[in-house]
Amino acid sequence: MERAAVEGAAARPATRTRLRDREWFWGYLMIAPLTLGLGVFYLWPVLQSVYYSFTEWTLFGDSSWVGLDNYATLLRDPEVGKALWNTFLVAAFGLLVIPVSIAVAALLNTRGLRLVSFYRTLYFLPVVTMPAAVALIWRWLYNGEYGLINYLLSLVGVTGRSWISDPSTALYAVMVVFVWTYLGYFTVIFMAGLQGIPGHLYEAAAIDGAGRFRQFFRITLPLLTPTVFFSGVLMVMYGLQMFDLLYLMFGKNSPAWADNKTIVLLFYNKAFEEGAKGYGAAIAVVLMAITLAITAVQFRLQRRWVHYA
Amino acid sequence: MSKKVWALICAGALVTGAAGCSSSDSGDSGDKVTLSYGIWDKNQKPAMEKIAQEFGRTHPGITVKVELTPGSKDYWTKLQTSAAGGSAPDVFWMNGPRVGLWASQGALLPLSDRIAKDGFDTSKFPASLNELYTLEGKQYGVPKDYDTVGLFYNKDLFDKAGVKYPDASWTWEDVRDAAKKLTDPEKGVYGIAAPAWSQEVYYNTIYQAGGHVISPDGRKSGFDDPATVEGLRFWVDIINKDKSSPTIQQLEDTDPIQMFQNGKVAMFSDGSYDAIAYNQTEGLNVDVAPLPSGPKGKGVIIHGLANVVYAKSEHPDEAWEFVKFLGGEQANRIQAETGTVIPAYDGLQDTWVKSMPKLRLQSFIDQVPDAVPYPRSMNTAVWSTKETELIAQAFAGTKDLDATAKELAAFMNDALAKE
Repeated sequence: MERAAVEGAAARPATRTRLRDREWFWGYLMIAPLTLGLGVFYLWPVLQSVYYSFTEWTLFGDSSWVGLDNYATLLRDPEVGKALWNTFLVAAFGLLVIPVSIAVAALLNTRGLRLVSFYRTLYFLPVVTMPAAVALIWRWLYNGEYGLINYLLSLVGVTGRSWISDPSTALYAVMVVFVWTYLGYFTVIFMAGLQGIPGHLYEAAAIDGAGRFRQFFRITLPLLTPTVFFSGVLMVMYGLQMFDLLYLMFGKNSPAWADNKTIVLLFYNKAFEEGAKGYGAAIAVVLMAITLAITAVQFRLQRRWVHYA
Repeated sequence: MSKKVWALICAGALVTGAAGCSSSDSGDSGDKVTLSYGIWDKNQKPAMEKIAQEFGRTHPGITVKVELTPGSKDYWTKLQTSAAGGSAPDVFWMNGPRVGLWASQGALLPLSDRIAKDGFDTSKFPASLNELYTLEGKQYGVPKDYDTVGLFYNKDLFDKAGVKYPDASWTWEDVRDAAKKLTDPEKGVYGIAAPAWSQEVYYNTIYQAGGHVISPDGRKSGFDDPATVEGLRFWVDIINKDKSSPTIQQLEDTDPIQMFQNGKVAMFSDGSYDAIAYNQTEGLNVDVAPLPSGPKGKGVIIHGLANVVYAKSEHPDEAWEFVKFLGGEQANRIQAETGTVIPAYDGLQDTWVKSMPKLRLQSFIDQVPDAVPYPRSMNTAVWSTKETELIAQAFAGTKDLDATAKELAAFMNDALAKE
């Protein structure tokens, strides 16, 4: 396409610019809806948040400039440190989804397996289920007295506890659900990744005498690294933004709240419950900076371990 | 070149233009006004809808849509956000802890002039409730109801355990003794439920112990007062020493209201506004007594809601008409007869008391002389959010009560100094 345009242009310089202009115009027109959407619903709010983080708000929308005050408060706020720690914990724990979904994907990829699409749908269901419904169901499962989990534990003689209301287990209980909801999503991605590995590599390896384990670690895993990397970046971002499950699964007056808040929950607390929107914006900006930094590090490190075939 | 594009744009303009025309047409065709009415209690929704219907009958041009946001915590979060965006309901429920902030920041329509112009009789409401919603000489809300707290109990469980029913003479010791006797771990039955709820649970015992939550001028925390801590310890001991209440963890897993309704809990300290729910629970043989006396005698939190008009309402006149109706005899009678809440309107309390013959509702009214107003300051939400978190931990036994109370007092004083 491009080449043809250039050759044509060489012959008649006058048309060249017009053609260029026309391509320009149509190109921008095509991306306009997306760009506009991103601009209005993502970019503009980001810029606004940065601006608001330097302001203090009254409850109903009047704001005044306070410079770096919010950031100074943030540095001294012990809650921020605690929430950040919890957030990192969630993000790190969330990465467990990668080995688990690789295992599930490998199983579903087994040659001759029947009902593959049925299993795939089954694993994918949590992804398309509303978080509110997921949270409610798991609240019942985790219930200390009537929950299915404690009932099953009692069958093997273990006394369970109030998993999501007990401050020491609450966050972990939610993290399990977090991994569970994303399992199907990443399983599908890894299945695609597995199917993208050329079959002749395995044949060649088999001829050279490599067993199944060796094949997995020498062929499958290295060639899956781009997918692992992509999943890692995504899952860390989801983890850093954890809010809905926690918000919906903890009871309103739960003793678990104080020590188990994530940074987005703290943001919600401050900005919407207490009405300190400027301070909330500062928290959001810090989260954005941290997310950017972590993602940048991930991209830097990938050169060392990601193999593109 | 761009003819097609222009044609597209023009066509788009035509479509939207036509849509614009048709929508303005329907707007002009009648003087129908729709008001939104924001509430948070699902138990009260039927009564509020009945009132809205009655209002519609007498005011044919105005329709009222009741908008329920269940749970007061979510209600306030949502309302605050929609008010910041300029789209709160025309009329909505207001409470004591929030009115200061809302009125001082210009989110509520001052009603004094309208009250005077229309000769609306506010003397039908308790003076304290009128005062609660008056700031700097301007009244912002018309009292809707009031509530106190009572000790609900399950008669069947009391009979089975052979324990005498609670009455006005009961002390803290009586409650603790009875709770111990009523607890049956085998059957999963507890004597009492002690969730970390402020208004219904620990605020009352704080005042019964001679303590206070906040100084009367709203400037200093009362959580560093040893008497206040005693009021909290009453519950902490019931949960962790006597083990006659489910743990806080259990009560967060399963709502104590449900546990009480299912006969898993024999006594429950709860507000008069929940009487209707217990009365309607099938198979629950329930009654209610006044709260017990503590080391320093009686004490109960009294509070009342008001109806307010949003300052940016597009229909302030119609909204005021509705608020007037809500504050009138007819609407209050509906609240009373359905047993929904104790109406604020003078002379209708008896109607409410008689609305549920099963329950001795007089217990709530009898406590009014001992009542203490709901603790509040200008921005109550800032410290009450923290309070909930900390007290829950102390009740759960994961944090020492004395240390928690001190931490809370320090946080609260800090927050109050910034108001």
